[in-house]
Amino acid sequence: MTISLQSTPVATQPNWLDKIGAGHILLGIALVLYPLVASDFFLTQIGGYSLIFGMLGLSLMMLAGYGGMVSLAQITVAGIAAYCIAIFGDNNSHLLGFGWPWWIAAPVAILIAAIASSLIGWISVRTEGIYTIMITLAIATATFYFAQQNYAIFNGHSGYAGIRAPAFWGVNSRDPKAFYYLCLGFSVLAYAAILYGSRSTFGLTLQAIRDNPRRMRALGFNVTAHKVFAWFLAGIIGGLGGVLLVWFNGRVSPGTIGVDAAIDVLIIAVIGGLRHPIGPFLGALVVVLMQTFAIDLVGAERFNTLIGLVFLVIVFISPDGILGLWAKFKPNFSQESLRPGR
Amino acid sequence: MSILDRPSSSGISGGGVSRRQAWGLFWLLVAALVAWLVFAVWPDWLNAILISKKAFVSAILNGITLAGLYFLVASGFTLIFGLMRNVNLAHGSLYLLGAYIGYEVASRTGYWLLGVAAGFIVLAAIGVVMQVVVFRRLEGDDLRQTLVSIGISIVAADLMLAVWAGGTYQIAVPEWLDGAVTLPVITAVRSNGASVFLTYPFYRIAVLAAAIVIGIGLWLMLNKTRVGMMIRAGVDDRAMLSASGVNVHAVFAIVFAVGAGLAGFAGVVGGSALSVAPGEDIRYLLASLVVVIVGGMGSISGAAIGALLIGLAEQLGLVYFPTYGVVLTFIIMVVTLAIRPQGIMGKSR
Amino acid sequence: MKMHRRTLLALALASGLTAPSLALAADDTIKIGLLATFEGPFTVLGEDSERGAMTAVEEVAGTVAGKKIEIVKGSSDASPDSAVRAARKLVEQDGVKVLIGPLSGDEGLAVKDYAKTQPTVTFLNGASAAQDTTFRDPAPNFFRFGTDGAQWMAGLGTYAFKDKGYKNVATVAEDYSFPYTQVFGFMAEFCKAGGHVPSKSWVPIGNKDFSSVIAAIPENVDAIYVALGGADAVNFLTQYQQSGGAAPLIGGSITVDQTVLTAKGKLRDVLVGTPSAGPTADTNDTPSWTKFVEAYKKQPGAFPSPSLFAHAYYINMKAALLGLDKVGGDVSDGGAKLRETLSSLSFETPTGKVSLDKNRNAIADIFLTEVTENEDGTLLNKLIKVVPQVNQTLGIAEADFTALGAVSRDNPSCP
Repeated sequence: MTISLQSTPVATQPNWLDKIGAGHILLGIALVLYPLVASDFFLTQIGGYSLIFGMLGLSLMMLAGYGGMVSLAQITVAGIAAYCIAIFGDNNSHLLGFGWPWWIAAPVAILIAAIASSLIGWISVRTEGIYTIMITLAIATATFYFAQQNYAIFNGHSGYAGIRAPAFWGVNSRDPKAFYYLCLGFSVLAYAAILYGSRSTFGLTLQAIRDNPRRMRALGFNVTAHKVFAWFLAGIIGGLGGVLLVWFNGRVSPGTIGVDAAIDVLIIAVIGGLRHPIGPFLGALVVVLMQTFAIDLVGAERFNTLIGLVFLVIVFISPDGILGLWAKFKPNFSQESLRPGR
Repeated sequence: MSILDRPSSSGISGGGVSRRQAWGLFWLLVAALVAWLVFAVWPDWLNAILISKKAFVSAILNGITLAGLYFLVASGFTLIFGLMRNVNLAHGSLYLLGAYIGYEVASRTGYWLLGVAAGFIVLAAIGVVMQVVVFRRLEGDDLRQTLVSIGISIVAADLMLAVWAGGTYQIAVPEWLDGAVTLPVITAVRSNGASVFLTYPFYRIAVLAAAIVIGIGLWLMLNKTRVGMMIRAGVDDRAMLSASGVNVHAVFAIVFAVGAGLAGFAGVVGGSALSVAPGEDIRYLLASLVVVIVGGMGSISGAAIGALLIGLAEQLGLVYFPTYGVVLTFIIMVVTLAIRPQGIMGKSR
Repeated sequence: MKMHRRTLLALALASGLTAPSLALAADDTIKIGLLATFEGPFTVLGEDSERGAMTAVEEVAGTVAGKKIEIVKGSSDASPDSAVRAARKLVEQDGVKVLIGPLSGDEGLAVKDYAKTQPTVTFLNGASAAQDTTFRDPAPNFFRFGTDGAQWMAGLGTYAFKDKGYKNVATVAEDYSFPYTQVFGFMAEFCKAGGHVPSKSWVPIGNKDFSSVIAAIPENVDAIYVALGGADAVNFLTQYQQSGGAAPLIGGSITVDQTVLTAKGKLRDVLVGTPSAGPTADTNDTPSWTKFVEAYKKQPGAFPSPSLFAHAYYINMKAALLGLDKVGGDVSDGGAKLRETLSSLSFETPTGKVSLDKNRNAIADIFLTEVTENEDGTLLNKLIKVVPQVNQTLGIAEADFTALGAVSRDNPSCP
């Protein structure tokens, strides 16, 4: 999965509408109007949940697509933020729960998650590319086991329950519509940040490091620092996803951050496509729809075979996921438009 | 420090004790301490600290036998990685499938050894098929190979669940391997002066012996045969190997067959010692991952050292700090990575 | 402008997700949600649960109060998150008004919390046996007609101390809430009777090699109390046999369940003679039990004898059907009448009379059993004695019972 770095000549100065792109605008309108047609179930369990997992996938996509580091620990980062919310805020598990207001707890949780992400990154960037996937898998499992065994901080196997999404500015974010817009807002923010960041100096440097770390090192760039900083940024997005996830579920337990969940995030990112930040959201939507309705169609028993086969097919015939498939069957569109760095 | 190393003269010349000699002395002392711990009758204070001598010695023995099992699984994993840069995350599935096949064959024919052989042969064949049909198509693309192996492991786990359901299978150990043996290790002295000797399942000793024999066999194959020479050359420089006219694909297929076959073999052997159930695939995959990360990718001796460390850590952890014992192995991994990212026996590339 | 693709994307998203409005059940059918583990490592247990529930449905020929019963299945992988997601789908998408499930302890706690947000839906527990699902902070619309993990142990501690004469017992159990509850139930009686538990081994979930744990058990104990389930139980028992273990065993409820007794291998030798207690006994020969077993065996893939998961789902499904029958299948009032009926419901089950306490937890008979070998070689739990009408506080006054504290690794303790 090497992606050659595209140079970015901007011939003309487009107006703001062109800059954003009509596709984005249409998609945005559709997403904003979605609550008008969707039931509460579709709004939260499909819409909100997809957006949350899309954000987790996005943090993985950012590391993998731009940095060449495939991480299986993004759910761990999200889980750390989720546990922080449970510990700093309120829970009904009769343990810890400092009762901090959400506007302190949430930023602190995200910050801690980002720092944890940097640490994971620091450990794994000491080795080369393909090691990352194994090391992060091992770290994710270790965190899972630790959370399961530790009662003083993580409340063991039961975890925390009774965590409630906050109400602020007169809006109760437990309300399905409000929660959906909350997820949508942060997703758009993260999406735009990635899209913008990929064209920034840091984004371009990161992609250059992905393509040829040796050359970048020779040019005087601090490769490790750039990579670790990428982990930090991915940690912010992952942490944000974790905060939303714990508000969504109202609970967090080791099962939330288990190996299965870690692999789910990878599946989401890969199925969606690792080349454009819209990919993980698409992947999340597909996976969530499949997860929710497989029991009505094929029976839940063989759900994993189905999703595994879809995953295999995608990896085999279209390394760029659904986005790549799209490009394949629509050859008249230039593939460049969906590449990072443009 | 890899399998390729020739016995070289000691690195540091000159007066004084070389680093190597110091390490040798250190390990000698450790060995002496362990020997004393195993064979001496323990004073009470030591029993008080370490629960009991029986618990301690059993944990050590169990750690070593578990290491034998881990070595069998991890050696295939590390060889495949070393040669093909292929992180086969479906390696655990090979273990589990081998165990199920071994169970079926052993329980239908009544011959345990036949089950073991079937586990090896069938999985070796599957390994070749995987290499030829799947991985060869993605050659040179590490990431996609890894992703494909994840996909295979998901599908395989689910299909195995469909065929063998979620039940727990126990592969029956034949009579001649069953039962407990009394080891010449005194665990306690009764008040009437009689010594209590340690009993230990004979089967586990057999597992350890098998692992050692296979380890030596692998070493011989790698160091004394033509194929082994090619494999070692491939680990070091794949491009040069193919440039020198060797059929790289044949070598790859052989390594995959041996690696997958060993995983299947370990599945039957491990499934007889413990049991066969869904979830074992992930367990052994993680164990292999940690073992080779600690030991160093692509190194057989590294796999042996890593397996020993992890096996002992797991069992001692289980007895002495059960709460965080599981995490202990991962701490070892992280510490190794922090100090020596390429693993104990790994070569920095 | 390369917008077409994105435009199409947006349209596809929009059209694919215009949600169908909530599918309402037709007037002549009643939708009941069945939540169990149909995926993941507990699939076998989930499938047996379904057999139990379907036995109850088929007893009434699939109709209640003239209305057809439609079972909608929901699947979890035994994690609380997935249980809540499946429950939300059943309630919010499929529109069930009665939900039976879930299967395991922490799932039960999670679904109970969810139940509080859905006051118009009636939840009946599946086989989940954590104490606090109903004991602390209960949900007004969550009912448990099965008993909890501590109740299942009723009579066992006393039996071990008085009849078997065990004075010192070591425990080996998995390290999470359900085994804590079981050990709690056993020790509450055993310690009170005067017994001692010098060593408790909590084994991390997923550990398969128990030989070191076995070696660390003190040699001077009279028996070992084992609360492990499924594969872990099989592993422990096999390794205990291999290591030549001499001390007799005492079993937790799922240690000697049919799922373990039907496992193949030599573990049978150490299992025979193991006393245990639970909500069912295989050799119960009352006509109502034998009739239930016959009906259960008609289900595809049934075990020789229903597991306690099948039993628990049967009882709760039965209760739901009885309740629905009494209110004429009418849940149009948000189920208020149904819940009122259920609260005061008392009925004869294959395992004796069941009624509810004020927390909507069952008071029922518990069976003291011992593993024996049948003529055909299968292992069965032979009925030793029935402990009648055990309540959630195990006969201890509620205030005193609450004072014992929540179950945990260290509670209770009598070294």
